[in-house]
Formats: sequence, structure tokens, C-alpha cells
Amino acid sequence: MSRDLDPNQPLLEVKDLHVGFASDKKTIVPAVIGANLSVYPGQTVAIVGESGSGKSTTAHAIIDLLPGTGRVTGGEILFEGRDIARAKKSDIIALRGSSIGLVPQDPMSNLNPLWRVGTQIKESLEANGVAKGKAADARVVELLEEAGLPDAARRANQYPHEFSGGMRQRALIAMGLAARPKLLIADEPTSALDVTVQKQILDHLDRLTDELGFAVLLITHDLGLAAERADHLVVMYRGQVVESGPALEILQDPQHPYSQRLVSSAPSLASQRLTSQKARAEVREQAVQTAAEIAAAGEEIGDGRSTIIEAKDLTKVFKIRGGRPGQSTDFTAVDQVSFRLDRGTTTAIVGESGSGKSTVARMVLGLLDATSGSVEFDGVDITTLTSKKQQLALRRQMQPVFQNPYASLDPMYSIYRSIEEPLRLHGIGSSKERETKIRDLLDKVSLPASVMTRYPNELSGGQRQRVAIARALALEPEVVICDEAVSALDVLVQAQILTLLNELQSELGLSYLFITHDLAVVRQIADNVLVMQDGKVVEQSSVDAVFENPREDYTRMLLDAIPGGSIPLGAVGSGDQS
Amino acid sequence: MPESRPSRTRPGQERYVARLEDTPLHDVGALDTTAPPESQWKEAWKQLRKNPLFIIAAVLLTFLAVVIAFPGLFTSNDPTFCQTGKSLAVAEPGHPLGFDRQGCDVYSRVVYGARASVAVGVLTTIVVAALGLVTGAFAGFYGSWIDPIISRIADIFYAIPLLLAAIVLLSALNNVWPDRGFWGSVLAIVGALALFGWPQITRIARGAVIETKQQEFVDAARALGATPRRNLVRHVVPNSLAPVIVTATVSLGIFIVAEATLSFLGLGLPASIVSWGNDISAAQNQVRAGQRLGTMFWPAGALALTVFSFILLGDAVRDALDPKAKKR
Repeated sequence: MSRDLDPNQPLLEVKDLHVGFASDKKTIVPAVIGANLSVYPGQTVAIVGESGSGKSTTAHAIIDLLPGTGRVTGGEILFEGRDIARAKKSDIIALRGSSIGLVPQDPMSNLNPLWRVGTQIKESLEANGVAKGKAADARVVELLEEAGLPDAARRANQYPHEFSGGMRQRALIAMGLAARPKLLIADEPTSALDVTVQKQILDHLDRLTDELGFAVLLITHDLGLAAERADHLVVMYRGQVVESGPALEILQDPQHPYSQRLVSSAPSLASQRLTSQKARAEVREQAVQTAAEIAAAGEEIGDGRSTIIEAKDLTKVFKIRGGRPGQSTDFTAVDQVSFRLDRGTTTAIVGESGSGKSTVARMVLGLLDATSGSVEFDGVDITTLTSKKQQLALRRQMQPVFQNPYASLDPMYSIYRSIEEPLRLHGIGSSKERETKIRDLLDKVSLPASVMTRYPNELSGGQRQRVAIARALALEPEVVICDEAVSALDVLVQAQILTLLNELQSELGLSYLFITHDLAVVRQIADNVLVMQDGKVVEQSSVDAVFENPREDYTRMLLDAIPGGSIPLGAVGSGDQS
Repeated sequence: MPESRPSRTRPGQERYVARLEDTPLHDVGALDTTAPPESQWKEAWKQLRKNPLFIIAAVLLTFLAVVIAFPGLFTSNDPTFCQTGKSLAVAEPGHPLGFDRQGCDVYSRVVYGARASVAVGVLTTIVVAALGLVTGAFAGFYGSWIDPIISRIADIFYAIPLLLAAIVLLSALNNVWPDRGFWGSVLAIVGALALFGWPQITRIARGAVIETKQQEFVDAARALGATPRRNLVRHVVPNSLAPVIVTATVSLGIFIVAEATLSFLGLGLPASIVSWGNDISAAQNQVRAGQRLGTMFWPAGALALTVFSFILLGDAVRDALDPKAKKR
């Protein structure tokens, strides 16, 4: 197999590709419509788009791994000048691995849990006839080392469950590169990983590309990441390529309205707090004043002070079951965390998975008991609220919005019933009044009233999250705790929800505790930020201070890992936000 | 890093912008309000309706229901009117399947026998599903000390073979309560089967409840102020029903077979009651002697077809309700 490729001949050319999924015997639902793209040897090309844009379908069509009823309905896929869309099954199988490698999306489910990691890489070596037996074993260790896995010889003998997410993704990269393919298709290779791990892996992949000279087709939803890593960008929207060209050019001067939307709403690209300083000061003043009036009326918990939530030395220790019954070890998930949330402001808690940020949120919400420390709501320790009435009152004043809009609404409840539930639980209003209230809430979150009769499975992620926000606002709370409330959403939808949250804050004087792993989002929504690592607060300050002058190495590392943060933006046309 | 990359444009990679007319922009998060609203059950029903397995099962079971409700529509013969003179006689007009050893009409006995078999199957399934759902939901939802207690008791009952236990129980009952009549006999079998049949549903319900209670909407309801009991009844149990329904439908057939087996052994319904199990039992002598195999074939065939229909129904319901196949 010759590795001398003519750098001026495209390695992969996709011409007018059409892919469809047969929904039943007669109708074919198009997923990719007339896509064109090319990849040259040694080049990194990125396909960018939101979920459902056809980016993954395009990639899977190239290696003939379309799921279910999908098939290529038109166009050509030329690999080294040969049309592989119409090639025999056996030819494509021969091509997979040896000429085109794949790094799949989810490192958790793409390794066989019953096999040692080394064995799985060896399999791909043997399947492609690269090496056999002892030679293959040695090669496996080399490959794992090459993928940046320390102590590779020992690691090769371990099972996938002994690997962290980042290590698994490295193993999958090693597997994808095992037979030295000319093209590596990386389908959202890092979207399941923490940002710092993402950066390490992509940096490493960059180095490998330079050393080994293979081409990469990168599939991603993150425009910042794509622009930082790729030479050439292909923007897809609803199955069509809407814009393609040199990465920097597209980022700095997007032409198609969709690309403009993408660029203007990507949180990673140097964004600011969505509302101005002055407006926020007014919101805060208003919120404090209203709170004092309500507290004077004496119906709610607390005295209407300016700090609405104060956590003092919150600690949570979990008992991890040991090898023998009765034996256990302590695991400190949250260690002496203290913070304040002022009325009408947003405090963000940022950290990677396992940092304890969600545990803090659950303790503040009273869904989990703290091992030690206290949470004061408006000056009252929430653990002292023992009567049912007081607990209900606290629930009314503090509401959560959860991460996964697909899981946080009961699938059996219509939207109307979902939003009505809190009103019913707290015995608010007659059924007529409740209906008026629900209409009003839906209007607040910009959903049509016709959505009331629908069920969650009929709504998109963003719509569901709006419903979840409407439900949280039904009881007119003072604090909303958003636990990764926008992390599962596409960038455009994410931008919409963040705008909505900001508007609601100024309209209703809400205070947000915003849990997220994404520092870029923090800048758009928060006033103060807590950076957590391994259960401890490493840095705590105003958002501006943290972004402009991070004091801790860990914070700096998180900031550096924001993809696309370093790219200078050109004048972005007024992307219309509808 | 971006600056180290070659910046010249290669052929086929020039800047391309699609025309807006060809790639119209849609509102972000626009709502499709054209289709009528659909709950999950409605969607499952729509899928079910299209499934050929379900159509076959539905036709067979509807027919069965009519037979049970109006046996008079299918035969004008009295199944208990037997003439010894006609013992093992072949078919004649008005008696299309001939006569059994006692000289009773085989066809009308098959028609009237459906009632007892299906009554046992349906009642046992209802009792088992209710028992299993309640115990499983409590064990799964409350956990702590309740779960191991319920689960171990369920395991003990699960370890005892269903039929063996029913045989022992019913033969003991025959000594204390020999004359039970139709419903008394049916309830005795239902009780015996249900007593040892519930752990299967318990295990399934427990698993489903544990899975459901970890979902965020349960946490959300808690944060809204819902009590644990409300959460269990309003959110967790309704969302855990699907696997219970599937298992219950399939086990309905198994309980019908169990009734026939018990009756065959003389421990189920008394011989005075017309049932497929009793007729199969009565026909075994003819089979041994090789005479008139139809006396065995017709009740056994009806039994097999009924069980087959319920198992088909169970499979179709599983296809429609399987959480893994469900669309997000």
C-alpha cells in the first residue's frame, strides 16, 4: 500500500450526496440533500451543524454504516477517485479500518466491556492484516502510547471499566489509527468529555495528524472547536450544506444567515453578559425592594434581606460500599463549600464532572441532606424548617430547572398537567384561575397556548426546557436553581434559553444559582462564579474578575480549554435571532 | 494550531454559500401544531394497530370473547346432556365433532369449556398483577429495609415450582372444602396460582420502579412539593406499568395452561364443570386406546389456540410499549 498521495488530488470527494431513511415502504425521509465536500490528504475538514442537520449521517454514509433503514439515494462518494457509494459490500469492508478509520462519538458504549482494551485494538490490527500474534501485541502497546496513554503495556491488559472517559477515547483513537488509515472520521469525538480532557485529546490528535499525515473529517456541533481545529469548514443545516470554505474566513465573515446565527450565538466565541451592568443594577435594586415589601407582609419565609441564599461550610460525605458487608469508605463529594447568592443576581458554580457542583445544588434544594454545614434561605436555616407547611413554603420560593429536558417532564403528563401540578400541590386558585395562570406562564416562556394539550414526546429539547422553566415559575419563586439547564441543548436553542432566563430575571427579579460545566455560558448569564474542583471551591469571585484575571491555575486551565476562545472574531453581521 | 496550516485554497474547496431560496431558514424551536396531540399510550395504540401480530391476536380473542359471552350463538346443544348410547359416536348432523366417551357432544363442550379456562386465566392475571405491582412498587420505591424483606419473601415463593405448589395446596383444600361449585372452584385455582405467581411481577415491577424513580421528573415533582406517596402513585407507577402489562399478558396464557394441567390431574375444576382441562383428561383413555382422537384434539386445540393468541398479544404489546424501541 503506497502512502505517497498526490496532495493536489482530493482523498475524499462527496458529490451531490443524497441520503434518506425509509419511514415505511413508500416514503423516504431525506436526511442529507445534495451535500458536496472534499478532503485532501493531510487536511482537517470539519462538518458543523446542530442535531438533525445531517452531519453524522453524511459521515456514516461515507463508511457505509448508516443506521437502520438509511441508504444513499443519490450522488457519489469518491475515495481516491473510486466511487464507494456503489461499491460491493466486501470492498467497503476492506476499506474500513485500513483506509478509513472511525473514532465514534460515545467512548462509554463503543468498547466491548467484556474484552480487554488491548485485545480490542489487536482485533482491528488482525482484521486489517497489519500484524498477528506477538507482533500485534507489541504494536498495540505502541499504538496506545502513541495515543497518549501513559503506562500503555499495563493499560492494554485492563478492561474498559477501569478506564476514564478520556482514556477510553484515547483507546478508540488508537483503534481508529491502528491500520494507519489515510482518513480518520471523528464523529463528535470529545462531546462526552470534560473541556480540559477535550483539549488534551484534540491537541494530541493534532500532533498525530502532523506526524502521520492522515486526513481528518471532524464532525462537531461546536463552531468554535471546528474553527480552531480545521482548515476547511462545512456548515450543514437541515440536511443541506449552507456554507463551506476556509475555517477562519467563515468564522470571521459568515455569509449565509444560518452561519451568522451560529457565529453570533456560539457561547465560546468571546461573548459578554447578555444584559448591561446598569440594567442589572436596577434589577437588583428592584428585587431587594420587592422582597422587603413581601417580607413585611409576613407570608413567606425570611426577612427579605439582600442575600437570599447563604451556604456555610456545606459538606457531603457519601459512604461507598466496601468489599465486605458492613465495610465502607468515606467519599467527600463536597468539602466545606460556602457562597452567597444576592437577590436579583446570578451565581454560577462551574466545575468538571465529579467536582461536586450538582451535589451542592441538590443540598441547597433540600433534595439531599448535608453531612455538615448549613444553607440559609433569606436568613433562615432550611434544616430548621420541619413542619410540612414551612417546607412547602420553602419549595414555593425556590425551584429547580434540571439538565435533561427529556427526563425532567413526566412523559405521561400533558404540558397542561405538568405546569398545573405545582399549583395543584400548593392549592393555588380554582381550576379556571389555574388555566389563566398557565396561559400566562406559557406566554412568558414564549410558547403558544396550543402547546397545553401536547405531550413532552412531541416537543423538541428547547421547547421542553421552556415548559420546565414555566413549571418552575408557576409558584412565583424567588430563586431558580438551574442544574446544567442548557447543557443538553443545541447552541442556537441554548442561546435562546439563556436570553429567556435573562429576560425573566429582569422582569421578575429572580435570583439564579446556575450549575454548569461550561465557563463560556457563565460569562453570558452570571454575575458571580464559584470554580469547584474535587469538591472544593478553588476560586470565587465576580465573573469579570475570573475571566480577566484568573488567580488559580485550575481556573486558567478551564479558560484555556474553551474551544475557539483564542480566535479573533471579525465584524459579525447582525445574526437574526428568531 | 491555525496559523501553521496551509492557507491556500484547493480546487473544490472554494468559498461556497448556498442561496437562501434553496436553504430557507426556519425559526429556532418552532412548534409543529398540525398533528393532533398524542400521549404515549395513544402512540403505542397507533403502533399496535398496525402490527399484524396484534390484528391476528385481536381477531382470535374477540371471537373467544363472543364465544364465552354467547355460547348459545354457536351451539344449541347442552354440553351436559349426554347419551351413553352415543358413546364415541362419529359426527352426525347437529353434532359436527361427534361424541365423547360419555356420549356428550364434543363441539358444545369445546364451546362451553372456554368460560372456565379463560375465567381462571384472566382472574389469576388480575390478582397476580395487582399483588406484584403493589409489592414491587413498595420494594422499589421505598428501598431501605422494605426492599430486602419484600424481595426475599418474593424469592422464596419464586423458588417453589408454581404447579407443584398448586397441586399440594389444592389437594389439601379438597379435604376441607370438597364441594365448591363453579365459582368456588375457579377461585380456589385462582388463589393457588396467584399465591405462587406474584413474585415474577414483583421482580419486574420493582426493577421498573427503581429505574423510573431515578428520573429527573421525579426529583422535579419532589422539588415542587410532592410527597413521596403522591410521587409514587402519580408519577412512578404510571411510568412503570408498561413492562408489567407485557409480562402479565404473556403469563395469562401460562395460567390457562396451568388450569388445564390441574384439571387434567383432577385437582382443578371438578368433573361436573365443563372445561377444556377436564375434557382433555377424560379423553386420555381414548388416546391410549387409539380410538376417536378428536375427543382429545378439539379441546386441546382450542386451548392451544387461546394460549397462542394471548402470547401473540403479549408480543405485540411488548413491541408497542418496549421502552428501548420508544422514540425520544
